Amino acid sequence: MTAPRTIIGLEVHLQLQTRTKIFCGCANRFNPDEPNVQTCPVCLGLPGALPVLNRLALELSVRAGLALDGSIATFTKWDRKQYYYPDLPKAYQISQFDIPFCQGGHLDVDILQDNGDTLTRKIRLIRVHLEEDAGKNLHDESGRGGNSRIDLNRAGTPLLEIVTEPDIRSAAEAHRFLEELKLLMVYLGVSDCNMQEGSLRCDANVNLEVTNTDGDRVRTPIVEIKNLNSFRGVEAALDFEIVRQLQEFHECHSDYPDHSKQTRGWDADRSITFAQRGKEDASDYRFFPDPDLPPVTLSDQDIARQYDMLCETPTARRKRFHEQLGLSPYDASVLIEQGPQTADYFEAAADQCGDAKRTANWVTQDVQRILNEGNLEIDDLGVDAHGLAELITRINTGQLTTQTARLVFAALVENEGGEGSVSERIEHIVLERGLAAVDDSDSLEPLLDQVIANNSQAADDFRNGKDAAIGKLIGEVMRELRGADPKTVRDALMAKLRP
Amino acid sequence: MTACHESASELLDQLATGRTTALALTQACLSAIASHDESIGAFLHVAGDRACEVAESIDRRRTAGQPLGPLAGLPVALKDLLVTSDQPTTCASRMLDGWLPPYDADCVQRLREADCVLIGKTNMDEFAMGSTTENSAFGPTRTPWRLDCVAGGSSGGSAAAVAAGFAPLAVGSDTGGSIRQPASFCGIVGLKPTYGRVSRYGLVAFASSLDQIGPMGRDVDSVARLLQVLAGHDPKDATSLDTPVPLYTEQLDQPLQGLRIGICKEHDREGLDEEVRQTIHNALDVYRSLGAVVQEIDMQHARFAVACYYLIACSEASSNLARYDGVHYGHRVDQPDGLVEMYSDSRGDAFGTEVKRRIMLGTYALSAGYYDAYYKKAQKVRRLIADDYAKAFQSVDVIASPVAPTPAVPLGRLTDDPLEMYLADIYTISANLAGIPGISIPAGFSSDGRPIGLQLLGNSLAEHTLLRAAAMYERETDWHLARVPLDQGTSP
Repeated sequence: MTAPRTIIGLEVHLQLQTRTKIFCGCANRFNPDEPNVQTCPVCLGLPGALPVLNRLALELSVRAGLALDGSIATFTKWDRKQYYYPDLPKAYQISQFDIPFCQGGHLDVDILQDNGDTLTRKIRLIRVHLEEDAGKNLHDESGRGGNSRIDLNRAGTPLLEIVTEPDIRSAAEAHRFLEELKLLMVYLGVSDCNMQEGSLRCDANVNLEVTNTDGDRVRTPIVEIKNLNSFRGVEAALDFEIVRQLQEFHECHSDYPDHSKQTRGWDADRSITFAQRGKEDASDYRFFPDPDLPPVTLSDQDIARQYDMLCETPTARRKRFHEQLGLSPYDASVLIEQGPQTADYFEAAADQCGDAKRTANWVTQDVQRILNEGNLEIDDLGVDAHGLAELITRINTGQLTTQTARLVFAALVENEGGEGSVSERIEHIVLERGLAAVDDSDSLEPLLDQVIANNSQAADDFRNGKDAAIGKLIGEVMRELRGADPKTVRDALMAKLRP
Repeated sequence: MTACHESASELLDQLATGRTTALALTQACLSAIASHDESIGAFLHVAGDRACEVAESIDRRRTAGQPLGPLAGLPVALKDLLVTSDQPTTCASRMLDGWLPPYDADCVQRLREADCVLIGKTNMDEFAMGSTTENSAFGPTRTPWRLDCVAGGSSGGSAAAVAAGFAPLAVGSDTGGSIRQPASFCGIVGLKPTYGRVSRYGLVAFASSLDQIGPMGRDVDSVARLLQVLAGHDPKDATSLDTPVPLYTEQLDQPLQGLRIGICKEHDREGLDEEVRQTIHNALDVYRSLGAVVQEIDMQHARFAVACYYLIACSEASSNLARYDGVHYGHRVDQPDGLVEMYSDSRGDAFGTEVKRRIMLGTYALSAGYYDAYYKKAQKVRRLIADDYAKAFQSVDVIASPVAPTPAVPLGRLTDDPLEMYLADIYTISANLAGIPGISIPAGFSSDGRPIGLQLLGNSLAEHTLLRAAAMYERETDWHLARVPLDQGTSP
């Protein structure tokens, strides 16, 4: 009996990072604290109001479609998807039915295997389309049955819907797909993909192909899981569902009372999926072309313009960091995951100082720590990539030690070093604090003699073979010469005391 | 005869020369409404004090020599589906009873900028669905010429207001004849512009791809002046046309030489009232006497127009009216049992029979399994009808026809028979399907004193041609000068 095969397809919704909503001029901003302030007659669905397409939303979408290698339609249109729900003020959603702006495409996902190898999985896409988001229903969660409220700040936010083929073979793969998709969209500037704020939402369709007792391959009914609000949740829900479906399969001996698609919700607290009343019950959406919006044509130039706006994909960049810059796969991944600003920062610094490995260490450790502690964005940091490269160069040429460079870096972050260029500021800090590395024995000589004279007991101990005694002498020299390289000092002392 | 029985140009002249004031005109209109509208039913809301304030401020600005808009001081009545931030907008429906919109329609803004005095909101068929204004939740509108007969619809209130001298100008909307047919029933001029010529922003939608706002007035010149203010591109309406607006009053008094008039033999059909037929026949003779050439044109797909129209209009309506669900505004039942009950009971309560009928028709036509056979096919037929017109306008300048098969019908006649009401739209709906402009002008009276209109249709954006062709006829006849003898009682 062969192992069951898992079949997963995802439906991902991404809110676009436009300044204004898709069909009106209201601000597109997450703002749960002031409900219904980012609204106008259009997104409130008031009688008489009419939608006008925000062309930027379509342009961003086209960019996303191109990055996913989909084929962009030169003619696309808007359809009304009709259903009643309190958060949908027009009782229809403006969406795209039979002519999405993008068809096909794929996203390649690197999966780390148990044996340490990387397997690249190509997840094909069925389509990508653009639509408007609905508002948000806020229910009384006190259990006292108070009125529900509706916040329409979100209504009319441009929303990209990405539908995959059922190409995903495990819950972990689904998780990786989402991570990679998120990275790509963040790098493209299409969406901030913030799941907490709902700018990335996901439904998962899953079923299994199992061998029954007759040796036939049989598929379990497809289940659509909703309410997935974290990547971890997607993975956990799918894992739960795979086990549940297999159990159910065995319990009913593959003789299902109802083989049609089911909708299940994910209860993150109890880590289980539960049966939901499917909207399939009533779902004839009566799609028809929206008469208020003319169809859209995209010229070859329109598409080419978006093509020119594409950036290197995070996958390609990660690969390049590893293969061309010599970073470990882990370091490359960590850098890429910090987002495009950090990756750009790293690359600019590495490029200038020529030491990618040391730059990667700095960016993933020192820089990241400071950013985390101060809750800062990398662009807010007082040290640009040029400054970091300069510090690394000084380390590599022996002008600074790693320890002193850290002090200089911290001083730069605190905006010390005056008003000049970053090189001038570094110079200023080094001088002011006496951090210059001292590696020529000429300037060391008098100091060594003085330290040996002042610590004759330790010097004698060392001369007599007590190696540990040199530590005190090194410490004394270093206290006097803060920029000194400990190795240089040790070598010089050794030369004097044990010639 | 009240002051407001005069044409727009006469009143503008009186205002400019100080023979009257905006306030005097407004008060005259308000007083005519107060005296006679109870029997006619043209208005749903009269903006008495507010209208007087606006009129006074216009008069002050005129006295101070400040610049004024092109229609400064003229009272204008608005069909009650144009949203107004200072007057309720109900669409003659219990659903929106008392709703005060937070914004102005684009055309309302234009009227304010033109310094019109917005005197009130006029009655209509609920959500513009109907041809008699009997489908209003607030009672019917009667044609001022015969109080036992309907004003037509759905812009019946606007047409009756102009005919009764309640306002020299009114704005209506036309989805399948809703400006032209009541204009005919009330003996005034009404024009449906090319689709996209006037912004629909703030026009409560019935059927989005067919709806068009248009002017109504005493004579062709009045309508041309009002169209001048209403027309123009609006970035808030994606279907609004971004093409220059010609000067409609320019050369209005000059006849079109060698005007080519098309007539369609399918129009001379069973059910056409003999007096209406004769009226059109006479009108064509007038044109011939002015050197026009009348020729037959072929409208191959005209016979599908009614079916095509009702499929498209109802489908769009079923979608457009879905938003009235009791959640955000409008009528909501008290203490519903649940969400679904709140929807169904609120809608069940507040919509009238005709609205429900059309929502059901449209819902059916858009349903899975029926879409291709109904909505999609209707859209294809629509294209063919538009092509017929495009072809016809290669050989004629305008197409002449009746506006409706009969003059104004007695109250109750058509509400009992919706199919007959739908069929009565045969002459007007094709223009909406094709998106072309059409005008209705007074062309006579039946033997019992009911007005009869002549319809002229023009090519896309040929409003200027239509207006000039209409003005030619108007100069040769005096039907537009006939006034309702309101003060002597209204039955002939």
